[in-house]
This record gives sequence, structure tokens and C-alpha cells, in this order.
Amino acid sequence: MEKFISVTLELSKGFGMTLKIFALTLLFALPLGLIISFGSMSKFKPLRWLTKTFVWIIRGTPLMLQLIIIYYGPGLIFELDLLERFTAVMVAFVINYSCYFSEIFRGGIEAVPKGQYEAGQVLGMTKTQIFFKVILLQVIKKIVPPMSNEVITLVKDTSLARIIAVYEVIWNAQNYIKLEGLIWPLFYTGAFYLAFSGILTLIFNKIENKMNYFRS
Amino acid sequence: MPILEVNNIKKFFGHNEILKGISFSLEQGEVVSIIGSSGSGKTTLLRCLNFLEFAEEGTVCVKGEEIYNGKSNSKISENEIRKKRLHFGLVFQSFNLFPQYNVLKNITLAPELMKTDTPEKIEKKARELIERVGLSERINHYPCELSGGQQQRVAIARALALNPDILCFDEPTSALDPELTGEVLKVIKELKNTGCTMIVVTHEMEFAKNVSDKIIFMADGVIEEMGPPEQIFENPQSEKTKAFLSKSLEKI
Ligand SMILES: Nc1ncnc2c1ncn2[C@@H]1O[C@H](COP(=O)(O)OP(=O)(O)O)[C@@H](O)[C@H]1O
Ligand SMILES: [Mg+2]
Repeated sequence: MEKFISVTLELSKGFGMTLKIFALTLLFALPLGLIISFGSMSKFKPLRWLTKTFVWIIRGTPLMLQLIIIYYGPGLIFELDLLERFTAVMVAFVINYSCYFSEIFRGGIEAVPKGQYEAGQVLGMTKTQIFFKVILLQVIKKIVPPMSNEVITLVKDTSLARIIAVYEVIWNAQNYIKLEGLIWPLFYTGAFYLAFSGILTLIFNKIENKMNYFRS
Repeated sequence: MPILEVNNIKKFFGHNEILKGISFSLEQGEVVSIIGSSGSGKTTLLRCLNFLEFAEEGTVCVKGEEIYNGKSNSKISENEIRKKRLHFGLVFQSFNLFPQYNVLKNITLAPELMKTDTPEKIEKKARELIERVGLSERINHYPCELSGGQQQRVAIARALALNPDILCFDEPTSALDPELTGEVLKVIKELKNTGCTMIVVTHEMEFAKNVSDKIIFMADGVIEEMGPPEQIFENPQSEKTKAFLSKSLEKI
């Protein structure tokens, strides 16, 4: 029992790191994703092309590879000092997730019919009013389900941080195998993930239900 | 003085000339119906009047004041366009109600944002309009809970809330099941009786005949023939008009 409590405390510390990566990624990748989505919908062709190529590269290669390149790349290619491990993790996660989010935003924005903008226009609304009073909520309704998927994937992706030795919960659990021959803490980490993604699922369901009163 | 004078409107999409010099005028309280086969430029004309498209050439005058000139169209600011737009209202084929707002809010949203009046007066007027289109029982419903005909009636009330000088309809019943077109046409007919100036693009020939003071028949971006309904329907001059009318009678 004592062991169980000490393992719980130790794993909680590791899961703290998981939560930190998770929260900071959301904090930066959501606004950045919105900006990237504007780039990929730009009427200016070169910008649109550039953004789309960038998004294609980031979404078309493994996050693990991106992590390694961002951590070791500057040193190997330019002989610069390595980024701090945690900074490297954040850079990789934010870039990767902002690209995924940008595609979700783009999908949501493009799914709102042109007629909604035009109805606002002929009623004399300004562009800003149309965006905030007419379009935004319809976009949010469209993106909640794919967002929920992506955010839950992010919870699990945080475990990739250990590839450049940022110690999160699974790394902690593996130490018990290496040092004490204990296997169960590894399974125990699963409970942490399940609990957290369970809570997120509930929150997203709530949001979805809140917007059930209308259909586009 | 005519309430609306449209003079030599030309509109290009790329190299295609879609409107090839449209001119007509409208007196206060008149209803004009625009008929013509699909692709003849009817929608484009209404969109030019509502500044959803900008004609390259031609002028639009409302109550004697020139509000648009194709020659100087690049100089107009977003703000000016918004003001000038308010001379016109537009009812779309596909209603385009705002799905996240109920009937009342759909109608009050724009006037509230523009602060045309106090919120109480805006709401009072909206309630009157809703009654006029016969939807008082549905005032708190959301668009997805309404039939197409009801949605279109809300869209009409929404356009009326801003007191446009001229109300335009782009095939207001084309997206509706046949049994629902009647309720919408009835509302438009009643608007005529209250003196509302209207331009109605329609395929409902019976309706056009009964309600309009003037019929415009468009073909390939020009006004092929224009005149009172008796003349256009009973005694068309142009071959194209005759062909179009006999075809649309066939359909029935
Ligand atoms: N945004 C656009 N870009 C290019 N061509 C257009 C556009 N809108 C309409 N057109 C063309 O203009 C012509 C007239 O269209 P429209 O005004 O919709 O006709 P109608 O309403 O009489 O059916 C059609 O040939 C159509 O393909
Ligand atoms: Mg049309």
C-alpha cells in the first residue's frame, strides 16, 4: 500500500509534465493554427501555396521525427547550441499541432455557406460584425467534433517527449522496471491517460450538446 | 420622379459579358417581375443592385440621387457601400437565415447592430413584421424548426426591418416544395398592397402576371422585352419571348 502511494506520487509528477506540455501546446497552437488557416485560405496565391506546402510537410511526417530534428538539428547543421529540451518539445508540438488545428479551422470556416456572409452584407453589417455575430458560432459548432479528436490525440502524443529525454509519466514508470523490476506502474500510467481523456471527452460532449439547438 | 433608375449596367466575369447594358426604371410602389431562362443574368442584375457584385459600367439612381457609377466604382469605400446597400433589400432563393438565432433575433440583429432605433422599438417593429408574415406563433423558433415557406417569410420580414426603398427577390419560391410556394407569394402580394416597391425574379408566370405592373424578359444579358403584363403575356413581340413563354407553359 505504501508502495502504491509512493508510485502514485511519482507518476503524478510525471503526469504534471504531460499536462504542462498539453496545456502549453493548446495555448500557443490554437491561435497560431487560426493564423495559419487564414494563410491557407488567402487570396494571395504565393502565401496560400507556401502555407499549404508547410502544412503538408508537417502533417505528412511523424511528430517524433520533427522532435528529433528540432532538438538535434540546430547543433548538427549550424553548430548552434542545442535548444533546451523542454523548449524543443514545445516548439515541435506547437508547430505540429497548429498545422493540424489550421486544417480543422479551415474546414470549419469553408463549411459556412457563402450565403451567410451575403445575407449579413445586404443587411448592412460590417465585416467584423458578420464574422463575430454570424459566422463564428457556426464555425465553432462545425469544429468541435474534429477538435475533440485532435485534443485527445494530443494527450497521448505528449508521451513522445521522452524521445529527447523530457521526463513524462511513461518514462517515470519505465524507471520502476529498470530499477526495481516492477511492471505494474507502467499499466498504472494508462489509468492517468484514461482519466484525463475521459474528462476531456465529457467536456467536449457538453459543448456539443450546448450547440445542439441549431443546425446549419 | 422614378424611385429607381438603372442605366446601361454592364457586368463582366472575366472576359464574359454577363449583363450587356441593362436599363429600366421603377416608380414608387411599382412591382416589376423579371423573367427569363436560367443563365440570362437575372441573379447577377439583382446582385449588382445590392452591391454583392460591382458593375463595370452604368449608373444606379435612387430617388434621383446617383448612388452608383461603374466609372468610379473602385473609389467607393466599404462604409459607403454599406450605406448605399440599405436602399435595397434582397431576399435570397435559399433564405440564408442565421441558424443560431431564433425568428425574432434574425430580424432584430441587423437593426440592433446598426442602432437604427432603441432596442424596444426595434423589437416592437420586428413583432409587427412577424405578424404581418403570419408567424407570430413561431417567434421563438429556430430556422431548423421551420418549413422552407416559413423560413422564406422570416427572410422577407428580416429584409423589411431595415425599411429598404426597393425590395428585391431572387426566385423566392424556387427552393420550396410546390405546396409551400403559395404562402410566400401571398405575402409578396400583400406587400404590394401596402405600397412596397419590389423587383421579383420569378418562374411563377401566373404570379408575375397577376402582381406585376411591369414585366422584364431577359435573355443573354439584355432586356429582350419589357412592358405591362398583358402585353408581354398576351402579345409578345420578340421571337425569344414567344419561345420562352411557350416553353414555360409547356412545363405546366
Ligand atoms: N461569380 C461568377 N463568376 C463567373 N460567372 C458567373 C458568376 N456568376 C454568374 N456567372 C455567369 O453569369 C451568367 C448569368 O448567371 P445568373 O445571373 O445567375 O443567371 P440567372 O439568375 O438568370 O439564371 C451565367 O452564365 C453564369 O454562369
Ligand atoms: Mg438566378
